[in-house]
Amino acid sequence: MQPILDIEKLEVNFYTYEGVVQAIDEISFTLEDGDTLGVVGETGCGKSVAVLSILRLILPPGRIESGKILYNTAGSSYDLVQKSEEFMRELRGNDVSMIFQEAGNALNPVLTIGEQVSESFLLHRQGELCESVLKNIDEKMEVSGSAPFIQLARRRYGRKLNKARGNLLRDRRYGCLLRREAVRWSVDLLRSLGIPNPEQVVKRYPHELSGGMQQRVVISMALACNPAVLIADEPTSNLDVTIQAQILRLIEDLKERYHSSILFITHDLGVVSEIADKVIVLYAGTLVEFSKVRELFKKPLHPYTKALLHSVPRLGSRERLESIRGNVPNLIDPPSGCRFHPRCPYVMDICRERKPQLYRGPGGDEHHLVACFLYR
Amino acid sequence: MEGHLIEIRDLKTYYPIRGGVIGRAKNFVRAVDEVSLFLRRGECLGLVGESGCGKTTLGKTILQLEKATAGQILLDLSGKLQDITALRGKRLKRLREKLQIVFQDPSTSLNPRMLVKNIIGEALAIHHLARGRERITHVSGLLKAVGLNEDHLMRYPHEFSGGQRQRIAIARALATNPDFIILDEPTSALDVSVQAQILNLLIDLKNELNLTYLFITHHLLVVEHVSDRIAVMYLGKLVELSKTSDLFRRAFHPYTIALLSAIPIPDPDMQRERIILTGDVPDPIDPPTGCRFHPRCAFAETLCREVEPQLEDVGGGHLVACHRREAVAKKYGIEV
Repeated sequence: MQPILDIEKLEVNFYTYEGVVQAIDEISFTLEDGDTLGVVGETGCGKSVAVLSILRLILPPGRIESGKILYNTAGSSYDLVQKSEEFMRELRGNDVSMIFQEAGNALNPVLTIGEQVSESFLLHRQGELCESVLKNIDEKMEVSGSAPFIQLARRRYGRKLNKARGNLLRDRRYGCLLRREAVRWSVDLLRSLGIPNPEQVVKRYPHELSGGMQQRVVISMALACNPAVLIADEPTSNLDVTIQAQILRLIEDLKERYHSSILFITHDLGVVSEIADKVIVLYAGTLVEFSKVRELFKKPLHPYTKALLHSVPRLGSRERLESIRGNVPNLIDPPSGCRFHPRCPYVMDICRERKPQLYRGPGGDEHHLVACFLYR
Repeated sequence: MEGHLIEIRDLKTYYPIRGGVIGRAKNFVRAVDEVSLFLRRGECLGLVGESGCGKTTLGKTILQLEKATAGQILLDLSGKLQDITALRGKRLKRLREKLQIVFQDPSTSLNPRMLVKNIIGEALAIHHLARGRERITHVSGLLKAVGLNEDHLMRYPHEFSGGQRQRIAIARALATNPDFIILDEPTSALDVSVQAQILNLLIDLKNELNLTYLFITHHLLVVEHVSDRIAVMYLGKLVELSKTSDLFRRAFHPYTIALLSAIPIPDPDMQRERIILTGDVPDPIDPPTGCRFHPRCAFAETLCREVEPQLEDVGGGHLVACHRREAVAKKYGIEV
């Protein structure tokens, strides 16, 4: 089966005054349909840039230099790097949507929750909203019999709704019907996400909600249109552990309910081990390892992955933590060859000269790839 | 008590909510409510809890950065315990030499317009500990102690990475040669590999200088790694306090159990029963009656709603505040 997202040799640069920041250097990975792919790495390793470029949300001075982002759906394949901005607008929030990191900042402080959640319905589900509005009118008609003025209204709505769907929102009278319907949908959506008392929540402003609740709202916005791919950018990193556990459970439930594929970015290895099926590890803009989650934690191959796993405090062990010597390199002038070589304990001459490609793990395991000359 | 550096007795820190024409206090945020605990000399006490449970306020009140509403903080400086809540002026300043703090986010706790030598040297200047060349040598000694070097003296904070900045903040806390340091989430703004460096540094410094730490964090794996005892706070109250190994083996309070089960553990083979708490932490302005945890607790009964549980010893200095601890112990098979 074809993977739903296939990223090939993606390269993203940022043109700053200090120089060209090579934020992403030829990253290739795939997201299989129905999988949860964890994206792990430290601050500044390019994990956010990598997923933002999938949605083409890289703003100047950033630029996608080369590579392909193939989005495969219903038998057809689109290269998102080449597509027009209109196409991307259709796609964002509809087929591919994103849960942003800080819920408090992702929500607009001057709009109510209802207005914000219903926005994606109004943008992507206008047709269905129209149907639903008409149906409501029909139901009302049945209740009040066939009074002539209601029939007239129904006919007028129907004509108007069918004729000018694109401009309906701007129409003062009919637009508000749509908006009201969209808010009603939002209430249902929020309820399905386990938010207590959603009728009241849609009338509130973001600052009136707690952090966990804000994050739920942001998740509901991302899920509004049942996206095929859901990108979660550190959705739990600002939350307390008990709330984090709630949100992780919620995301797992939703994945089963909507059959979405998830790209889950995090720096917390514990979270990855709980939620992901497969993991990619990024270091300084390069992909260093790609594997199933169990393999990664049991048999990490790349020296960086090993070091990262050793630096996490473990339950019941008081051994001294191993830290990685040195610092993350500056991406304006990254190290030659393998970008990890200045900090690597197994460094060889070839590491300084050539970039490692992705090699198969021991035993030719094609599901465990590592960018390291040790496995050549 | 012998060997106790700090004893806290029934400490309360309330923040008034003012309103009306004359600005009278209408109500209070009960940030810290009747907390009692002690710290032995040379130990590290972990203070764990979710955001808004009052752990930072407790730390600040110990340092007298917040005024205690009621209760006592006793500090042993010269062989006998002395109440420090009433200290003012010069005597309070003298005290601050011995009590220091490292804040959460080093990029906001260091003044961006000061050189590193002045950031660290400021404490020496304020307390008249060293001046001139002597101050510089002292500061560079401190930088070496935290793993930086003399070249860093004449730089500004923005020239450092997050981990290095936290090292500077630690050096600043060490400058006055304190007995007691409060570490307020010292690693939560850092990456895991840097976090490991900082934790190692803190452990080394504690052993070398015989420091006493109050380690405030929400990250249970970190606190398990560094502390000797752990205190768990919920909504301004201590709910459980015990030795670290004991707490992870047999926690009694349902909140602690839920908290422990919620830690994401980097090991996919580890199968655990997840206890997911429903709802959010209630408002500390109007906390629930009786046990503050009862609205979210699976074991709650009428007694919990009416009577506030007190901390009771269940053996070996393991304190728990729960009416239903027998039932909890039975459910989870904990030996009493």
